[in-house]
Amino acid sequence: MILNTNAKNTWCIGCGNFAILNAIKAVINELVAEGLPVENIVLVSGIGCHAKIVDYIDVNSFYSLHGRVIPPATGIKIANPHLKVIGHSGDGDAYGEGIEHLIFAAKRNIDITVIVHNNRVYGLTTGQYTPTSPEGYKGRSTPYGTKEMPMNPLEIMLASGATFIGRGTSGAMESLKKIIKEAIAHKGFSIVDVLQTCVTYYNMYDYYDKRVYELKDHDPYNYDQAIGKIREWDYNKDAKIPIGVFYKRESPVFEESFKPSGAEGRDRSNGIKKILAESV
Amino acid sequence: MNEFSVLIGGKAGFGIDKASLIIASLLGQLGYRSYIYRDYPSLIRGGHTFSIIRASTEKVATYRDQIDALLALNQETVDLHKARLKGSGIIIYDSDSVNAGTVSGVKNAIGLPLTSIIKEEKAGEIMRNTCIIGAFAKSISIEWNTLDATFRKNFSKELDQNLKVARRAFDTSKEFTALKKLAKERLPLVTGNEAVALGLVRAGLKSYIAYPMTPSSPILHYLANLAEEFDLKVVHPESEISVIMMALGIVYCGHKVAVGTSGGGFCLMTEGLSFSGMAELPVVIVMGQRPGPSTGLPTYSCQTELQFVLSAGQGEFTRFVIAPGDAEEAYYASQLALQISWKYQIPSIVLTDKAMAEGTYSFDIGSCDEIKEEAAALWDGRPPYKRYSNTDSGVSPLAFPGKPGVVIKANSYEHDEAGISTEDPAVTVKMQDKRLRKEKYLAAELENYESVKVHGNKNSATALLCWGSNKGVCVEIANMLNLKVIQPVIMSPFPAGRFRKALEGVNKVIAVENNAMGQLTKVINTYGFNVNASILKYDGRDFSLEELEDRVRKVIG
Repeated sequence: MILNTNAKNTWCIGCGNFAILNAIKAVINELVAEGLPVENIVLVSGIGCHAKIVDYIDVNSFYSLHGRVIPPATGIKIANPHLKVIGHSGDGDAYGEGIEHLIFAAKRNIDITVIVHNNRVYGLTTGQYTPTSPEGYKGRSTPYGTKEMPMNPLEIMLASGATFIGRGTSGAMESLKKIIKEAIAHKGFSIVDVLQTCVTYYNMYDYYDKRVYELKDHDPYNYDQAIGKIREWDYNKDAKIPIGVFYKRESPVFEESFKPSGAEGRDRSNGIKKILAESV
Repeated sequence: MNEFSVLIGGKAGFGIDKASLIIASLLGQLGYRSYIYRDYPSLIRGGHTFSIIRASTEKVATYRDQIDALLALNQETVDLHKARLKGSGIIIYDSDSVNAGTVSGVKNAIGLPLTSIIKEEKAGEIMRNTCIIGAFAKSISIEWNTLDATFRKNFSKELDQNLKVARRAFDTSKEFTALKKLAKERLPLVTGNEAVALGLVRAGLKSYIAYPMTPSSPILHYLANLAEEFDLKVVHPESEISVIMMALGIVYCGHKVAVGTSGGGFCLMTEGLSFSGMAELPVVIVMGQRPGPSTGLPTYSCQTELQFVLSAGQGEFTRFVIAPGDAEEAYYASQLALQISWKYQIPSIVLTDKAMAEGTYSFDIGSCDEIKEEAAALWDGRPPYKRYSNTDSGVSPLAFPGKPGVVIKANSYEHDEAGISTEDPAVTVKMQDKRLRKEKYLAAELENYESVKVHGNKNSATALLCWGSNKGVCVEIANMLNLKVIQPVIMSPFPAGRFRKALEGVNKVIAVENNAMGQLTKVINTYGFNVNASILKYDGRDFSLEELEDRVRKVIG
């Protein structure tokens, strides 16, 4: 399937979002080829450059608000657990305005996947710092450099109970596809932080090229190994940057706590009258 | 005696709420209709909390200041409320905690050592409430069997212990008066919140999402308990922002959903409300008013959010707002809100207030209108499917994810018919017109509804104008003083035509509102109508019958 829409792509030439777009389209095609009905896929996005991705893919989508990818994705999964719900979020979306939702989604272990387009800069609002910009980052709102340290979102996710944590980059397509596919296949809350380069406001291609390496001989079911690898690079220090699947754990998923009670289709009018009569 | 009012008071944590329900239930066993006014501070233990149970031979929806019986679990209750007692009134107090001298002027007084009785019976301290009810039942000559039956209905645990302490008080109390038993069908007691919840269920609710906030939290509790009975998915997420956004995700999948909150939570929901307007995702918001600004008086009542809900959210979009006045209207209003939301794919707001939401009514479901469920406008299956196709009515066909052959795109951005973002000026105008066009059709449909109610003497040239929970008190005053009452129930789209009709023959309009700025008055002003006088109250308490009578008499001269 081509999966294209007639929407004109308005991302800058060289934008890391193209890699994520191509990766997710390839993964959707693979999933459909393997038997997943395409109508059961729902993409959710927030606001910002990343969010336009839903305009560019011809599948069900819910173009949400800034910071609000997770709650509708959660609602969709609660309403219809048969759907594959894949959220695309920016780093401002996921780690700034919407961080409470992200933490709670991990805590609940709702079976959705969140792909964070983390370019460590606000692109569409012209280059301000984000929760993962390094200390001293000079943007339009911080001309003398930020005075805050970035957060390590993956460490926060681990602490919040996420059952799948991965990282990819827009510079490593094959690896990115593999991680995203594994995240979607995971039953439970999965997050993939994608180091996605903004060519206009924060071009990190060279920086990442020199430091990024793929995890090898790593046991994602081992918590201690996971936390070690998650802390290896803290989004600030000049260190090697591992990509791959850091952590995986099996755990009951939130949406299954709503078991159908068999009351579907029952005469509600009589049910209400019965409740009232019993309380007289 | 056609009516009887009982005040029971003590500290928060004394079980006043439960006791007042049992008293109303007891009087209900005799065939009386009740309204319970609840007054409690925002704390868990301590402070002063009380309820007034007003029972009457006819339906009532407000309380009186004057009472026939005062049940005092502590000294403060006597000190604060003794003056309300009629000359023939009965006072029953805990002689272990109340100074007998302070009740010496009361003819019908009985002091019982509640604390000692509880100790002797090895019962929990909370059972002083059921103990005093035992004494009260005797004082109005209710038979033990009736009390026994009421207790059995109201207690699932520690029934025997409660009966034991009540029996001791019953046996040591005295008969002062006798309430006659009425040959009337007995009615269940339902709060406004419960009526809203049942209406939503009746109209096909599948999911309820809410973050706790007074006065709407009881809807969350009630529906969580009914989840299995009606196959509901009830969720309490991390914030009101999450509440409405989660609800919109659920709606997108075709499930009827409602959320509940008060002003503060509604502030957080406004981005989602506006999104609902843009993406045409139907959601019902139950908005229980309490005094602000900001945290204000968390557990008290007001009518200050009318203008807020009418204009909340960025941008211009169609919304349905309904403000019921009692439990029966609440049951109907929440059904209608859910129905209208889905029919027009717009947000709806059910505007209640603490007095109604947490007030308890004898509920007559037989007297309620019920909606006839209408099917939503579903896609007919003929491709291509466009989520936002530009129809004559502005309402586009619905389809839900999981349906083969369809791509469903909901979008917060301005979008084309397929749901793809656009900034094209012509498409923008076309889509905005499409969304706003729904209001015209909705307004036309609402012509068939009793959107403005008229009560009292319909020929009177003087009319009380009221909304929400003030309906009950205004109707009673109007019946007493031979006035007309005009009560708009649907607030958006505002039924100006019906309102004009209701004003026919009226030359003096007196607005009665629980706010400082006359919010309904301002709304009608924008449609060219005016009021001649305003009776406003904004101390967090709703009008008592006596207070409003007094204030109306002053205005009508």
